[in-house]
Parts: sequence; C-alpha cells; structure tokens
Amino acid sequence: MGIISRGFGGRRRDSAPDLPPGQYLTHDFPVLSAGPTPRIPPNSWNFTITTETGAEHTWDWAAFTALPAEEVTRDIHCVTKWSKLGTTWKGVALDTLFEEVETAADFVMAHSAGGYTTNVPLDDLLDGKAWIAYEFDGEPLRPEHGGPARLLIPHLYFWKSAKWVRGLRMMHEDEPGFWESAGYHMYGDPWSEQRYHGD
Amino acid sequence: MSTRMGWRVATVSAARWETPTARTLTLEVPDWPGHLPGQHLDLRLTAEDGYSAQRSYSIGSAWPGTGPVEITVQRLADGEVSPYLTDVVEVGDRIELRGPIGGWFVWRSTRPAPVLLVAGGSGVVPLMSMIRQRGQVRGRQPFRLVYSVRGPEDACYADELRRRVRDDPGLDVHFVYTRRTPDGWPAPPKRIDVAVLNTHGWPPEFAPDVFVCGPTPFVETAADILVALGHDPVRVRTERFGGA
Ligand SMILES: Cc1cc2nc3c(=O)[nH]c(=O)nc-3n(C[C@H](O)[C@H](O)[C@H](O)COP(=O)(O)OP(=O)(O)OC[C@H]3O[C@@H](n4cnc5c(N)ncnc54)[C@H](O)[C@@H]3O)c2cc1C
Repeated sequence: MGIISRGFGGRRRDSAPDLPPGQYLTHDFPVLSAGPTPRIPPNSWNFTITTETGAEHTWDWAAFTALPAEEVTRDIHCVTKWSKLGTTWKGVALDTLFEEVETAADFVMAHSAGGYTTNVPLDDLLDGKAWIAYEFDGEPLRPEHGGPARLLIPHLYFWKSAKWVRGLRMMHEDEPGFWESAGYHMYGDPWSEQRYHGD
Repeated sequence: MSTRMGWRVATVSAARWETPTARTLTLEVPDWPGHLPGQHLDLRLTAEDGYSAQRSYSIGSAWPGTGPVEITVQRLADGEVSPYLTDVVEVGDRIELRGPIGGWFVWRSTRPAPVLLVAGGSGVVPLMSMIRQRGQVRGRQPFRLVYSVRGPEDACYADELRRRVRDDPGLDVHFVYTRRTPDGWPAPPKRIDVAVLNTHGWPPEFAPDVFVCGPTPFVETAADILVALGHDPVRVRTERFGGA
C-alpha cells in the first residue's frame, strides 16, 4: 500500500470486484493509438499468416468473412487504466486460422497497417483465447477502433489487441513490438499489472 | 531499462492556477532520472482504507529544467482524481508517482525538422514541454502551435506563450476559440478545421514532425485533416487523453 493521500477518499463509483488491480471502469470506449486513424476499405484488406519457413496463408475479405465466426463477450483492460466490462465482438478464432498453418515457432509478431507491431506468445492466441474481430456490438468495427479488423486478445492489456491488423509473422524467439520497444512490458498481463518493462 | 520502474514519493512544492479550471503542480521528485518533452508520468493516490486510483499526466516542464517536474491538471467536475489535484492538494503534500513513461510521443531537440504542434485544451501540456525545451537549448527548428480552447480564459500558459512568441525566434502560436473569442478577434468562434490547419500549420512539403494532443474527438478530427492535407501519417504522432 502506498502513502496515504491527505483528503483523498476516491469516488469509487461502479467499483467492480472483477477489475484487475489499478484499473477503473469506463462506459465509453476510449481510443488510443500512436497516430492518425487509417481508413481501410474491406475490399482492399487481406490477412496473412507468415510462418518461420516463409510460407504464407492469405485470406481476402470475402474469404475471411466466409470462415466460421464466433460471437464473444469479454472484459477488456487498457494499460492506461480503463477497463470495459462485457464487450461483445464477432470474429474468427485464431484456432480456426491456425488449422491451416503448420508451424513450430512459439512467438508471433502481429503487423498492422501503418507499421504498428506487437508480440505475443502463440499459446496466448490459441485454445479460444484470441480472435480477429470485425464486429463490435453488432456493427462493423469502426476505423478508430481498428476496423475493418483487429486482433482481440482480451486476457492481455489491450495494446496487444492490434488494430488494423494485416498479418501475423511466426518467430522462434520473442522480439519486442512497437510499444514493447518503447518500455512497455513484453507480455502484458493485467492481473499482474505488467505495464512497463521490468514490472 | 531492466530495473523495475518504482514509485517515488514526490512533494508538491508549488501550485498555481493556469485557468479557472486547470492547475499546475510543481513536484519535487528525489532522484528524478530526467525526461524527454512529451513523456508522461503515472500518479497514484491512496485513501486511508487502502483504496487507490492511478492516472497519467503529461510532464509540462523541460529537462534539465529550472527545477523539478511540473504537471498541469484540468478539472473534470465529476472526475475522481483531477478535482483532488486541482482543489484539495496543497503545497507540502506528498504524492506517489512513477516515470517518465512513453518513448513515441516525444520530441528530441537534436531533430532538425520543423515542428507543428496541435493542442486541444489540456492537450497543450506535453507540447508546452517541447516549446520550453526548444527555448532552453535555443533550438532553431521552426515551431508552430495551433491551440484550440473554448475561450481566452481557458488558455493555459497564456502569458508565457506570449512572452516566448516575442523572445523565442521562430515560434508561432495561433489560437482557435470554439465558444468565446477575445475582444476584437476577427472571426466568430469555430472548431479546428481544414482552413486553420492549412493556414497556420506547415505545408506537408516541409515534412514537419507533427504532434497532436487532446481529447479523443479533437485528436481524431485534427489528425484526419492533417492526413487529408497530405501529411505523411508516419510523421503525425498523436496522444489521446481518453474519454469522449
Ligand atoms: C498519456 C496521458 C496523458 C495525460 N495527460 C494529462 C494532462 O497533462 N492533464 C490532464 O488534465 N489530463 C491528462 N490526462 C487525462 C488524465 O489521465 C485523467 O484521465 C483525467 O485527469 C481525468 O481523471 P479523473 O479521475 O478526474 O476522471 P475520471 O473519474 O477518470 O472520469 C473521467 C470522465 O469519465 C466520466 N466517468 C467516469 N466514470 C463514470 C461513470 N461511472 N459514469 C459516468 N461517467 C463516468 C467522468 O464524468 C469524467 O468526465 C492524460 C491521459 C493520458 C492517457
């Protein structure tokens, strides 16, 4: 526990028992990105998984949205301390995409339009833990939230859920992505408050 | 970078109102490692029963500065942390913080490129740190600040900006008033638009480094306009203060 702040009681509205430490609840949907919002027409979007041997698996929008999709409701947690509970998304599970991919590598770098990257262990994408989402709340995902499609990895801080995702590249060794190179944690578990390097 | 970034106990050594709703706190931080203009810190408040709240605040001061670290907090009437920082905290109080944080939304004074700063409300704080840093190192990079406020009384650092426009060669400031204009202002209140950024920004051919900071809708609008005007999205860095 930190030092007491004289006269601070806190408002604690909506204190929710299921919030990770240090998080507060928000009802709107804050936008955080490093630059302007790219606007990508779905018909010019495609998604590629590149394995460690260089093999590529690509889906265009039509092929992608023809894959079996799931509707999931999950809590999301941003490293800037807001959490949003019970958000509903529709997307393709990474399990579905990886059915077609042969890989022995343990790490993944997600790549987005505009050059953003973020790293994740492959295990954190499989077994029903992650999706490429293209709908939020029953509507097509809006550009400022990563539309036409973003990665959704609800159990990690939300910077891992790369917006405007274009592909995944398999890696044998873990490497830092964009925010990870700027001092953020390599893994980003909200429940252990892994915000910054060394946490 | 391999050590855990720990919490430090800072002491409030001075406080002043910038506007009727924004207050600058000067924080004495032991062993502050220094920061780059544009970085922020995380601040933690703890109630007597152990409940605690954390928020991020941009650093407004330059480094090495004339003294410690400054933040400027805009009061949100129904917020949890900001009204405490504007209305309750007194000189001598101690506050926990850690930082500096952030390595993307930063300006390095060795960069020669011209700089365009676009601020909405309290989004001016990290941009002020850039302006102060430039002043301190007597940087020659041409700097322009386009600063959107509701009315003249809502502008932070107004006197200092006026003085710097006079004393720091190559610094230019343009205000956009969204609700109330000062007496004699030639145009009615309006929001930031294509004409403003076209006239008071740098042309994209100058390849300026652009920093846009403020509430989310403001940043979205300004960044969209800049890209539409032809600025390379890679050069447009944004910091959104969250909320709507
Ligand atoms: C990198 C970064 C830098 C920043 N720098 C600065 C800075 O330099 N200066 C500055 O002033 N701010 C800055 N901010 C914003 C700051 O971190 C806080 O978000 C801000 O001070 C508001 O905090 P608060 O606790 O007062 O409000 P909160 O209690 O967090 O509330 C925020 C808003 O949400 C609404 N809200 C919250 N909970 C509810 C609810 N249950 N129901 C309805 N509405 C609700 C409130 O009405 C309020 O308008 C920065 C943010 C970031 C991410």
